[in-house]
Amino acid sequence: MKLAEVIERLGLEVLVPGDLGRRVRWGFCSDLLSDVLAHAQEGDLWITHQRHLNVVAVAKLKGVAGVVCVRGLHPSQEVLAKARKEGVTVLASAEDAFEVAGKLYGLLSP
Amino acid sequence: MAPATKALYKQVFPVKSDLESAGKVSTEVRRILRSLGVEPEVVRRAGIVCFEGEMNIALYTKGGRIILIVRDDRVELLFSDRGPGIADIDLVKQPGYSTAPDWARELGFGAGMGIPNMEANSDRFAMYSRVGVGTVIRATIFRRCHETCGGNRAPGT
Ligand SMILES: Nc1ncnc2c1ncn2[C@@H]1O[C@H](COP(=O)(O)OP(=O)(O)OP(=O)(O)O)[C@@H](O)[C@H]1O
Ligand SMILES: [Mg+2]
Repeated sequence: MKLAEVIERLGLEVLVPGDLGRRVRWGFCSDLLSDVLAHAQEGDLWITHQRHLNVVAVAKLKGVAGVVCVRGLHPSQEVLAKARKEGVTVLASAEDAFEVAGKLYGLLSP
Repeated sequence: MAPATKALYKQVFPVKSDLESAGKVSTEVRRILRSLGVEPEVVRRAGIVCFEGEMNIALYTKGGRIILIVRDDRVELLFSDRGPGIADIDLVKQPGYSTAPDWARELGFGAGMGIPNMEANSDRFAMYSRVGVGTVIRATIFRRCHETCGGNRAPGT
């Protein structure tokens, strides 16, 4: 499913658009950066509570489809500027990680 | 070990002992590798190795440096720092082992996966350390698709 459609169906807020035409492969939930580097796959939508600069670096390193900041946590302007520069999609939701992941699973599972 | 071919590119990056600018070197290394036309998969692996090594220098040491060497057949990343050194290398290589302080864990460090990730994304990986002096890591990634690639490397390792 295209990222733009996932955003619409999940009612996500777009903080940095990046490439909204990308295909979302699956989701990945983690707040541990090395865990994401070890186990997330290219094209995954990364659901997390982390919102500092290294999130952008890790998202770029893994080529995730985007980062979803949950529970209303928004990254700083500095982080968003870096995401814009690197072309990393940053999304936000007021819902918690469980709800966002559950809805995404429902959307993507065969 | 296969004789190394001539270096096409070499650069030294200092790494400070704080998280302020941590992540910059791996971003820069990826940019350089891409501009040199290095294969995307090699750039991806080198980026992960560099990020983990850079974070460890920033988090656990008094500072150090990373040297990037690009050759015809391989990319090398050399990490060195000014201590405290590592007493038990086998222990820190174990997935899950971490001494990250609480403040770093809150930022998402401390899975104990950094060194295992570095090893998993390298074709050759060697660590040397002396307590009180410092640690040196050499990570080598072969450019598989390159015609001069090969030598004594087992496929898929
Ligand atoms: N350059 C270094 N000098 C001294 N100690 C180090 C160095 N690099 C790693 N260590 C030690 O090895 C441990 C394991 O490192 P590793 O990178 O695998 O995991 P981590 O940094 O604790 O967590 P993660 O990388 O998953 O965020 C660290 O917690 C630290 O105690
Ligand atoms: Mg680490």
